Formats: sequence, structure tokens, C-alpha cells
Amino acid sequence: MTPDHSFLQAIRVQALQRLAVAVLVLAAGALLAVAPARAQLRVDISGTGAQQFPIAVADFSDDPNGRGIAEVIRADLTRTGQFRLISTGGANLTVDSTINHDEWRARGADTLAYGTVTRGGDGRYEIRYRLADTVQRGQLDDVAFAGSEAELRRIAHQIADRIYEKITGIRGVFSTRIAYVLQRGNTYELQVADSDGQNAQVALRSREPIISPAWSPDGSKLAYVSFESGKPVVYVHTLATSHRVPVANYKGNNSAPAWSPDGSRLAVVLTRDGLSQIYSVNAADGSNLQRLTRSPLIDTEPFYSPDGSTIYFTSDRSGSPQIYRMPAGGGDATRVTYNGSYNISPRISPDGSTLLYVSRRDGAFRIVAMNLATGSENVLTDGPDDQSPSFAPNGMQVLYAAVQGGRSVLAGVSSDGRVRQTLSVLNGEVREPTWGPFSR
Amino acid sequence: MRARIAKCLTVAAVAASLAACSSVDLDDKAGGQGGVGQGGSSVSTGEILDPFNPQSVLAQQRSVYFEFDSYTIPEQYRSLVETHARYLASHGQQRVVIEGNTDARGGAEYNLALGQRRADAVRRMMTLLGVSDSQIETISFGKEKLRAKGNTEADHAENRRADIVYQR
Repeated sequence: MTPDHSFLQAIRVQALQRLAVAVLVLAAGALLAVAPARAQLRVDISGTGAQQFPIAVADFSDDPNGRGIAEVIRADLTRTGQFRLISTGGANLTVDSTINHDEWRARGADTLAYGTVTRGGDGRYEIRYRLADTVQRGQLDDVAFAGSEAELRRIAHQIADRIYEKITGIRGVFSTRIAYVLQRGNTYELQVADSDGQNAQVALRSREPIISPAWSPDGSKLAYVSFESGKPVVYVHTLATSHRVPVANYKGNNSAPAWSPDGSRLAVVLTRDGLSQIYSVNAADGSNLQRLTRSPLIDTEPFYSPDGSTIYFTSDRSGSPQIYRMPAGGGDATRVTYNGSYNISPRISPDGSTLLYVSRRDGAFRIVAMNLATGSENVLTDGPDDQSPSFAPNGMQVLYAAVQGGRSVLAGVSSDGRVRQTLSVLNGEVREPTWGPFSR
Repeated sequence: MRARIAKCLTVAAVAASLAACSSVDLDDKAGGQGGVGQGGSSVSTGEILDPFNPQSVLAQQRSVYFEFDSYTIPEQYRSLVETHARYLASHGQQRVVIEGNTDARGGAEYNLALGQRRADAVRRMMTLLGVSDSQIETISFGKEKLRAKGNTEADHAENRRADIVYQR
């Protein structure tokens, strides 16, 4: 119970960014064959979407890093299930190559991404990329980036974001980040990784549990619950500086932080007045405590609607846990879920149209998406114990924790449920994943 | 009775690591007091009322187990809670934390709330028995600190628990 403060440390792991480690593993059986030194997450696609955009991504020319950049882009696009990769047949293209649109069209590629990586005398890289439309015989994009070797992965994700948006019309999420808790024995690590699970950094390491990480709307901070003092206390942690502030540390439990969309307030769940109830505090310092619910039973897991007007939450006031909503400042609550006897962990899509929650169905916990306008439900997952869902900031993907082979792993599913993937950690239990916002 | 206990506590403090205080057990029987050791079938020293003495019933029996999806203190644990409550009511400066736990199934935050409800059930019974609210803090570990790591019904039952933890 005594916290070991010397062991509690905020650590920023030096980025280990060999581009070649971005390997898309298409067969689950191959997962163990590629065992890197660090725990790394792998992608396993087990289904495909109905419509796929055929695209060719040529290796970027000149520098050896060009192949790695293309591989990151291909992996990003493949992971969505929305793209079908066309072989480039070893084509050697530079950013200045003349593109034979008809030839690429004949190969089946409606679009072709290609580019050049050059390393300057100062060790910095220039990355130029273009996106050709073989159907319209035109050019969709033409951009140049500059960066260090350590920044090449991030630039590859940014190029993938541009390709995704040019072709689908939807903003890409490949350069966003995710957070999750990795438990190994009695060690808990709050980790922040790229959206593909690579480049993981440890934000906090503790011998006591950490749960419920929540990104600030600007992506600069994580709120979470740490048991390091012997009981649950809510902290706000600035990632760039590792500076952390306890913002809710009252008698009893302090948990379930949720940011208001403007980042100024944090809804929290406290037991200072009895059973779990929802309050809000100033996110900066925990001041200005306000109580938002007054029920004789459990109210927990607040989540703000994107417009900030409404808080969705879990309550067992009906006798079983169900999702409710109420005005963000408190007030009368309306029940939202009715199907089944255990519906928890509400999350709202960025456009406000869809409610994600965890539902117990036939003894298994599944991620369910509900259309809030019609009330229709779509069960997105089929695992025995799927928990902690969160939307990608473009609403197209859902990240969650799944139990596979007795171990908790990171998993993803398209928000229509058609494409599922496993992002697996090789060593440890991955819990409480949450997808961060668009970077600004 | 209380004087004898106090004397026992002194002995216990001096020889905490020994199997001390058996004499008090005998005294209690001789005095016709009821208790855990009554009936002569046990050499229990459970009559020691010192939560920090490993031999004491207050140290040995401090877990209340709950049925699935239940927050009612089962009949067989009521006397345990009463024993702790009597001690706390007569030691107004002694503080306890009641730690609620759940089994491994379900969401982390909802389980945290459920564990809190179990801890709160123990707190309410204690306050009804005269313990001051200010002596008690109830917290929950939810499913985060499972004592039984497995996934059998026995593991789940072991984890559905509230522990009474005395604060030094």
C-alpha cells in the first residue's frame, strides 16, 4: 500500500525509430515470429470493407529510408480496410518521373503515390511526394516535407493522412496518438504511441494500478486515475514536461475523468458524499468543485457530447447499469439504453451521431454502436471481454481492449463493424486504450 | 473485561512475535465470557482485541465476502463486522479504511463504483453500531487489485470482498 515514490517516475523513452520495423503482419500466426526488443503492437486484419480504393504506393526513391516511408504509408492505408494495395512491380519512380496514367490504370490502380527522399549535408531529410489520379490523368497532391531521421515516421503518417483525405474526403488519423496502460506483473505503464502502435513512450510507470486515461482536447495532456497513493486519485499530466497535478483527491474514490470539449473543465466521479456521483472541477488545478448528479445510487463514467451541452454517463438507478444523458451542468437525466441488463462506458462520436458502449450479451462483453437519431444498434465486436472503446478523431475507427488467448490486447474495428484488427502487445496486458485527438 | 484486555494488550505488545496472551483466553473462559474461543475446541487467541496484533481476531478476520452482484452483508459476516464496530466505537481515535473489491468481470470504472458500494455497506453497518463516520474512509479498488488471479467461480468469490484495514 505504501507508494514507492522513487519507483514512480515519468520517463520519456528515446524514440527508437528504425523505419524498417513497420511490418504489416497479415497472418496472426506470424506475430510471434517477429519479436522485436521492445513491446510493439502489430496489426492483424481479419475482415475487409465492402468498397476498397485501389492504390499503388511506390517506394520513395534515392535514400534507403524511402522504402520504409512507403511501407508505413501502405500499412496505414491497409489498416483502414478502405484501400486495396496494387503492386508497383518494382517500379523505380522519383518525384519528377513522368507518370504513364494508362499503364497504372491498367494495373488496377486508380491512384499512385510516389516520391523522393534526399538526405542533405546537415543530415536532415527532404521528402517530396505526389499523388497521381490515373482515372482523371491528373495530380491530386504535391507536397514537400523536411525533418530529421527520427521524424521520418511522423512524416510518413502525415503523407498517409493526405492520401486518405484526398481519396476519401475524410481527414486521416494516422498521425494521431493513442494512450493505454500496459501491465506487466505488478508494474503499470501509461504509454503513448503512434496510431499504429509504434514508437511507444512511457508517460508514467507505477507499481500501483493506473486506469481511465483521457486526452485533453488539444492532445497536450492526459487525465487519468492512479492508485499510487493507495487509493484512486485523478491526475492531469502534461506530456511535454511530465508535470502532473492531482486535480481530484477527496475522501474516498476519485475517478473517471472526462474533459469538456473546450478543455477547461474535467468531469470526475467522487465518493466523498457517499456512493459514486459525478462532479466537475477546473481542469487546470482542480478548483471550483461542482456536483452534477444527486442520485441515491451509482452515477459514473461521464462523457461530454462534442458540443459540450450534454453529459452521457452510466447509472444503475434503474436496477442495472444503463447509459443516461443529462445537461452538462446537471439536471434531469434521460435513459438512453434499454437493451440488456449491463450497458456501460458511453463514448460519443466526434459528429455527435453515435453512442459507443460496452454491453453484456450472453455473458460476453461486446462493443455496441447506437445511432442516437434512430436508436438502432450495431454490435461491432465478437470477443469474450471487449472493453474501453474510443473513437478515432475522424469517427471512422474504434479502438478497444480485447481478450484473446487469455491475454488483454489492443484491438480496432471500423465504426461500421466491417473491418476488425488486432494490435497486439508481445509482452504484457494492454488495458484502457483511448484514441487521442487530431494534432494541431 | 476491558481491564483484562488492556492487560493482554500490554503483554501482546511486549511479546507480539510470540504466541502471547493465551492466558487471557483462559481468563475469558473462566469468566464465562462468550467469544470465538468458547467451547474449548480451539486454542484460538481471537479474544485479543488489537488490530495490530497478528494473533488478534481483528487482524485475522477483516474480510467480508459478498454474493454475486450483491452488496448486502451476508448473515455469517455480521458478527465479524460487529466485532470491529465494537472495537472502533470504544477506540474513537482509531481510524480504518474499508476497501471494496469486485471480481474481474466488467468495466474498470463501473467495478470501481460497485466495490465502493460494498465498502459503503460495511461502513453503514458500523456507523449504525456507534462508530463515528470520521473514523472511517471507504475506498474501492474495483477489479484492479485482484487477490485471486484466476477466472474460476472460486476466484471470483474470493475477489468479491470488502477488507477492513486499520490505520496506524
